[in-house]
Amino acid sequence: MYNYNEFDKAFLDERVEQFSAQVARRIDGSLTEDEFRPLRLMNGLYLQLHAYMLRVAIPYGSLDAAKMRQLAYIAERFDKGYGHFTTRQNIQYNWPKLPDVPAILRALADVGMHAIQTSGNTIRNVTSDHFAGAAADELLDPRPFAELIRQWSTDHPEFQFLPRKFKVAITGSPNDRAVVKAHDIGLRMVEKDGEVGFEVIVGGGLGRTPIVGKVIRDFLPQEDLLPYLESVVSVYNLLGRRDNKYKARIKITVMENGLDTYRELVEQEFIGRRALFNGVDQALLDEIHARFRRPDLAQGRSVEAFDQAYGADPVFRSWADTNLAAHKQGDHAIVTVSIKAHGETPGDASAEQMRVLADLAEEFGYDELRISHEQNVILPHIHKADLPAVHARLAAVGLATANVGLISDIIACPGMDYCALATARSIPIAQQIAERFDELKLEHEVGPLKLKISGCINACGHHHVGHIGILGLDRAGVENYQITLGGDGTETAAIGERTGPGFPADEIVSAVERLVKAYLEHRSSVEETFLETYRRLGMAPFKEALYGEVKERHAA
Amino acid sequence: MSRRFTPKVVTANHLLEGDAVWLTSDNAWTRTMSEAQFLDDEDLANERLAYALTQEADVVSPYLADAQLGENGPEPTHFRETFRTRGPSNYAHGKQVEVA
Ligand code: HEM
Ligand code: SF4
Repeated sequence: MYNYNEFDKAFLDERVEQFSAQVARRIDGSLTEDEFRPLRLMNGLYLQLHAYMLRVAIPYGSLDAAKMRQLAYIAERFDKGYGHFTTRQNIQYNWPKLPDVPAILRALADVGMHAIQTSGNTIRNVTSDHFAGAAADELLDPRPFAELIRQWSTDHPEFQFLPRKFKVAITGSPNDRAVVKAHDIGLRMVEKDGEVGFEVIVGGGLGRTPIVGKVIRDFLPQEDLLPYLESVVSVYNLLGRRDNKYKARIKITVMENGLDTYRELVEQEFIGRRALFNGVDQALLDEIHARFRRPDLAQGRSVEAFDQAYGADPVFRSWADTNLAAHKQGDHAIVTVSIKAHGETPGDASAEQMRVLADLAEEFGYDELRISHEQNVILPHIHKADLPAVHARLAAVGLATANVGLISDIIACPGMDYCALATARSIPIAQQIAERFDELKLEHEVGPLKLKISGCINACGHHHVGHIGILGLDRAGVENYQITLGGDGTETAAIGERTGPGFPADEIVSAVERLVKAYLEHRSSVEETFLETYRRLGMAPFKEALYGEVKERHAA
Repeated sequence: MSRRFTPKVVTANHLLEGDAVWLTSDNAWTRTMSEAQFLDDEDLANERLAYALTQEADVVSPYLADAQLGENGPEPTHFRETFRTRGPSNYAHGKQVEVA
């Protein structure tokens, strides 16, 4: 984990003091809401449908046991006993009361955390792979590069007034788990002739105008990273539209000017900029490398306990098969703890569950935890011999659901159960779909399937990149759910395609069941995934599964 | 023919608690929508909203929401406003358990 120098104790204390005074002044009437609103938003405090909502930052989704325990304490003391992990790799509290917020921020600052939100049209938080530093398929740990970009972009004088906000994502593996193609700039580490560098992707994004980013440079040497990024951003700074908020993101700039023109301008710019970088960035990178704490993994311990449990216990085996990922050190594993028990709210963890996660990280996991953008919690380094014990402890608090990557591992935004911007609910739809497939006992047979739900066009639930995406809309005062198929958030990214008319709330679950059954019927073998079948056959068989019956009914 | 006015209530979020509240005819804020003042006249609705906008010490972002008259008083007509009278559907939290 990285120890921030910028967010040192004094700085956080000062921010807490400042916001506490602002809250007091809003309550006593000396600040109007118009004056207070931007201040509270900067401090992560939003007003939702039924209450305030506090969004707590978790940089790179990484935290330790002490931080997790404090999140549990806050959930219990100031909220309703739980917190909501989000696709932005942060945690949200749904029920804070305004007078309590200073005390919550105080409690966060005590463990070096905060709710300060980056805002404005600048380069935002850099996001990266939740398996970073652990994954077997990783070429290099992306986090030092992410931190380098963050330090370079923070207060960069040229980029304080970009046409619009700007997000960068980076993955250290050819297998993209950071959805880099849905960011303004995506960086994917690749190997060429024995050298590790970056594939640079520009102009991706979801929301109102979903676009898959395009490769602007297929191989960028590591040491050229900052001058090249600076060139990409400076071209955007000049060309990006400032007349229309909906056309201001780089995705539109690249589309309107054409990728080839954009690339040429970047390469021209790059010549001069590269000459100006005289190695300071590389010195900075060395310094960052030195400050990343990496665990000293146990060596030479037997993994027999794992093999035994795997052979003897089918429940453990099923969990191990779905929830573990390959660690770069073969006798360790990456554990994805599913926060998606069937019928529960995706991403919600109780204070008790958070404490168990903290305990497990401390006892077995080198004090490391991660939050994934898929709303699960990761224990990135667990020795295989400890997995049976970890599994048993998770099971005792309802955290051992064996469904990671399956249809019930649903991403869902808060939707109209909490969010003031929503056009429909998402959570109950997620709950019902998970329960339906649990009853059908079908999801392991169905295999990898990503289902994602958003409660409005802002696409916080990433529905565009779900193999099955669901978007909740308000159609003449009734909740209606539109389905998209074939979305993909990985290195083979694609935006899902609409199937046709949406479904009312009481029909959407059965519609999804029909889609999945159509897949089972049409797949060429058990190895062919839902996405592969869709890519091979296209929309037709799925459309028929969805709407065929209706047509017949009308004809009859 | 004059356009028919859809009746309204004035609603907002409470400054301290953050929850939904409705304006009553005696200038109080209630947590029970049926106790709100039913506004079936456009001029009156605008006048009450203008008053609500001066109540920053108690509430945040007041607005006019569509309503209809039920047995016990004003009722929501849109599902979003219905949810605001109840709370979320995934837990028994909010007004569905807090307001008698
Ligand atoms: C409940 C309060 C929330 C509000 C009011 C909210 C609002 C928004 C808005 C307005 C945008 C579009 C921003 C823009 O493009 O200018 C957005 C984007 C986004 N939100 Fe939320 N959101 C909320 C909760 C969440 C949650 C809980 C998550 C995670 C589960 C989330 C994840 C995201 C993501 C990933 C994007 C970026 C989508 C993209 O790539 O365009 N949001 N949100
Ligand atoms: S997608 Fe819409 S409904 Fe869902 S959290 Fe984002 S803004 Fe709210």
